[in-house]
Order: sequence, then C-alpha cells, then structure tokens
Amino acid sequence: MIEFKNITKVFKDNKRDVKALNDVSLKVEEGSIYGVIGYSGAGKSTLVRMANLLEKPTTGQVLFEGKDLTKLSSGKLNEVRRQMGMIFQSFNLLKTGTVYENIALPLKLTGVPSKEIKQRVHKYIEIVGLQDKLKAYPAQLSGGQKQRVAIARALAHEPKVLLCDEATSALDPDTTESILKLLSKINKELGITILLITHEMNVVQKICHEVAVMEMGEVIEQGSVIDVFSKPQTQTAQRFIQSLFNDAIPGDLLKKLKGTGKIASLSFIGESAGDPALAMVTKKFDVFPSILGGNITDLKERPFGRLIVHLDGSDEEAQKAIDFLKDSGVIVENYEKGNLTDAN
Amino acid sequence: MLTSVSEFIDNWGAEIWVSFLDTLIMVGISLTISVIIGLPLGVLLTLTGPGKALENRVIYQALNAIINILRSIPFIILLFFILPFTKFVVGTTIGVKGVIVPLVVFTAPYIARLMESSLLEVNRGIIEAYEAMGIKTRHIIWHVLIREARPSIVLGLTIATIGLIGATAMAGLVGAGGLGDLAYRYGHLRYQADIMYVTVIILIILVQAVQTIGNRVSAKLKKD
Repeated sequence: MIEFKNITKVFKDNKRDVKALNDVSLKVEEGSIYGVIGYSGAGKSTLVRMANLLEKPTTGQVLFEGKDLTKLSSGKLNEVRRQMGMIFQSFNLLKTGTVYENIALPLKLTGVPSKEIKQRVHKYIEIVGLQDKLKAYPAQLSGGQKQRVAIARALAHEPKVLLCDEATSALDPDTTESILKLLSKINKELGITILLITHEMNVVQKICHEVAVMEMGEVIEQGSVIDVFSKPQTQTAQRFIQSLFNDAIPGDLLKKLKGTGKIASLSFIGESAGDPALAMVTKKFDVFPSILGGNITDLKERPFGRLIVHLDGSDEEAQKAIDFLKDSGVIVENYEKGNLTDAN
Repeated sequence: MLTSVSEFIDNWGAEIWVSFLDTLIMVGISLTISVIIGLPLGVLLTLTGPGKALENRVIYQALNAIINILRSIPFIILLFFILPFTKFVVGTTIGVKGVIVPLVVFTAPYIARLMESSLLEVNRGIIEAYEAMGIKTRHIIWHVLIREARPSIVLGLTIATIGLIGATAMAGLVGAGGLGDLAYRYGHLRYQADIMYVTVIILIILVQAVQTIGNRVSAKLKKD
C-alpha cells in the first residue's frame, strides 16, 4: 500500500549536510498496522512525514498504491493526501474552533457537500466516543480527548491509511492504552492501514503486526513483531525488549551469582510458553536453576514470557541444560548487565 | 460654573463635533485601506520568510527593506516628503483627501509588521495538519492561518488604530481638520486652554474606548 524505496534525506544545516535518512526501504501492506520504533533522532519522524510528502526525499521513491508521489503535481498530490489521514503528537487542532468545526472545516475545504459533512461528523465523533463534546473547544478537552478529535477529523475524510506521528507520546499510560485500543479497532473494523512511529515499545507490542527498528537514519531490523522481538539481532532492538520487562538484576547480585554458574535469559513465545521445560532441566542435568526475575506479556496477542535464571552448577552441565532448553523451543541468551548475547 | 459649561458647549460644541467626526473619518478610511494593503503584505512576509511554505529570498528581503525604510520616517516628515506622490495619487495635497495618502503610507507597513508577528505565532503543526489533509494553500491562509491569528490580529489592529489617531493630529498641517488640528489652532496658537483640555480629554476617551473594545473582541475570539 505504501512503499518507501531507497529513501535518502539530507538536510542542509548551516552549510553542513545532515543525513536524516540513509537508503531506507520498507513496505506497508494493506490492512496491517506497521510500527516504526526508534529513539529520538533516529529519523522515524522524517520517514512518516514522507509517506504523504510533507517532507520530500532527496533521493528515492515513495509509492502509494503503486503511484510515485514524488512525480505528482501539487493538485494530484492533494488528492492523494486526502486518502491518507494523519494524527500528531501535539494534536494540531484549531484552537479557535469547536470540536464540530474542527472536523467539519477540512471537509468543507475539500468540497464535501454540507449535508454529508453533518452526517460524517456525527458518524466519526461517535466512533471516537465524544458525541457530547461537539460544542467544546480544544482548550476544554483533555489530551486524550484532543487526540480522539484529531482521529475523528482524520477518519472523516474516509482515508485508506492513517499515519500516526508519535500519536500517544504526549499522553499518560491509561490514555495511551485507550487510544491504542481505538486505533486497533479502526484497523479491524474500518479496514484502515496504519503506519505509526513511536519510541515506546508498548505501542508496538500492543497493536503492531509489522515493525521496523530505526537507528541513525537507517532501518536496522524489520519483520513481523514476533520475529523481530523474539530474536532481536541488534542492541537497540534488545533495549526495546528490555523496556517491556523491566527485570534488570542489580549489579552486585549479578557479580556474586556469576561465580557459581551461568545466568541466562529464557524467552518463551506463544505455545511453548506453557511447557515445563525448566522443570525438566533439574531432573536431567546436575544444575539447580533459580529464578531471579520473570515476566509474561503479550506480543500482538500471543503470550511472550521471559525468565532470568541462575543455573547453579558446573559450566559443562549448565551448557548441556542450555542446549536442552534450546531444543525444546526456548530462546536462550546470556544475561549481562541487561544486555543479551548469544548463548553458546 | 454651569452657565460657563453650557456657554462653552454653545460656542464650541458644533466645532468640536465636526472635528471629532473628521478624526473618525480620517482614521476609518485610512485604517480600512491600510488593512487591505497591510494584511496581504503581512501574509506575504510570513509565507516567504526563511524556512516557510513559499520561501523566496528576493520578495522577502525587498518587502523587509521597503517596510523598514517607510517605518523609519516620522509621520510629520513623511507628510511633506511624499507630497508629490500624494498629488499624483489623489490630485491634491490638502484636506482630508490629501492626508489619507500619507496616513496609509505610514500605517500600512506598520500593520504589515503587526500582522507578520501575529501570523508567526500560529502553531506550525496546525498548518502542517491541513497540508496533510490535502487542502490548498490559499484555503490554509484564510481558514487556518488568519483564523487562528484573529485574537492577536485584533490586538495588533488596536495598536495600529491608536497610532493612527495620534498621526491624524498632525493632519491639520495640511488643512485636513480633526481634533488635533482644533487643539493646535485654538489651544496653542490662540492660547485657548479650555479647547486644548477638552480635545485632549476627548482623545483620551477615544483611545481608551478603542483599546477596551480591542481587548474585549480579542478575548472573545480567543478560546483557550
């Protein structure tokens, strides 16, 4: 549906060239929720703003339904933009307009007949659940309510795609949760494809099907959420996973335990999360596993669990235990100060 | 006391009323023309500035220079300095007609600057949101940029109006009348202090009224 092909973006800043994006390619399939995650400065905001050409690529192509947007006239580009809704971190509503006006004005300016405007405003304000706020001004609304109005404003154009530029970053955790549920519902019930960027792992974890991890203007990992986050290849992806679990072991304790055996991180995904693999280890090998920390969470509606385990015993036996766990479908990694390395 | 007040009104009431109306007419006409010229210039300044939607160095720098030059000249000098231009535009250099041209030349660049600063206050994000919705630039200018800047534009126009009221006081020099002229001719040249006091009081009330109305309208337009 949306495809970025070898996108490079260079900003000129005081005669110095700053490369915001470097040869980025990714493809958002119709009907999916695609998340781009990265720390600030990774270039993800530039990327999402390129989907509707708010930002023009220095080189490369942006395709929407097969059309290259960089080749369109401004009139044609405006037509395409109307099929792509966009919401922002700072909501960007008219301060001087009521909720009704905020949704109705853009429709009027794009030539929607006035009778239909009224119907659409009522239809979409109901979807976001703010029917009773039509006469309120943005200043009278909470952050979450403002974002709901912005979502209704975007949906009222009946777009095929919704672009979300850090849409939940200014919201508290509970409000974030409710906005994410709304986005998920929009994707399922209205069939709208969503491309979102975020620096919050829980956003990706809760609603995305596909994910790309960005760093320094490049996509360093991409694929299905389960694949990328069950076997993170880069440290950045690992750090995002770590943020889900919050199970860092204090350094002193770690040092002490290292003397008496290996410390491993065991991840279970989906079906394997139910098997008693760890219990088998004690029976089969001469090691005593003790659990230092553990957690289970959802990765796109599949259980994703992780245990930090101290395997008390000789290196040899511990390694056998690790091999056994790997064979039973558990992902095993060495645990070092919160960073994971391949356990061999 | 009472008789002297009624005597004063009998003697001067008509003249003060006419001068008051002259001031209002001069302010009204020049303000209208100045807004018609100044608002688009302010929009142009905002849009052609560095890093803006229609960035254009030549237009921006030229406008900037012209506005700065016109704003450097005090009104009393401008009034005489542009006499040939005034004559060319309206065919006369005296009376209300003759003073409207310098008043506009004085006020329009000022309004352009005030508009520019009001428009620059509008959050860039909201303009971007409308661009993302595929809305034409001219619609964005009117329905987003100017609409959102309205409370600030009204306050700017209030400042401009009060400046204009001050400038009209000098209009008497080209025989255009008005309250300033009245105070100058009778109050200063003929030492009739009571005329001077009364016109000053009327001007104070006028300025207070303009400021109060401006503040009220701006507050009403502002929704946050």
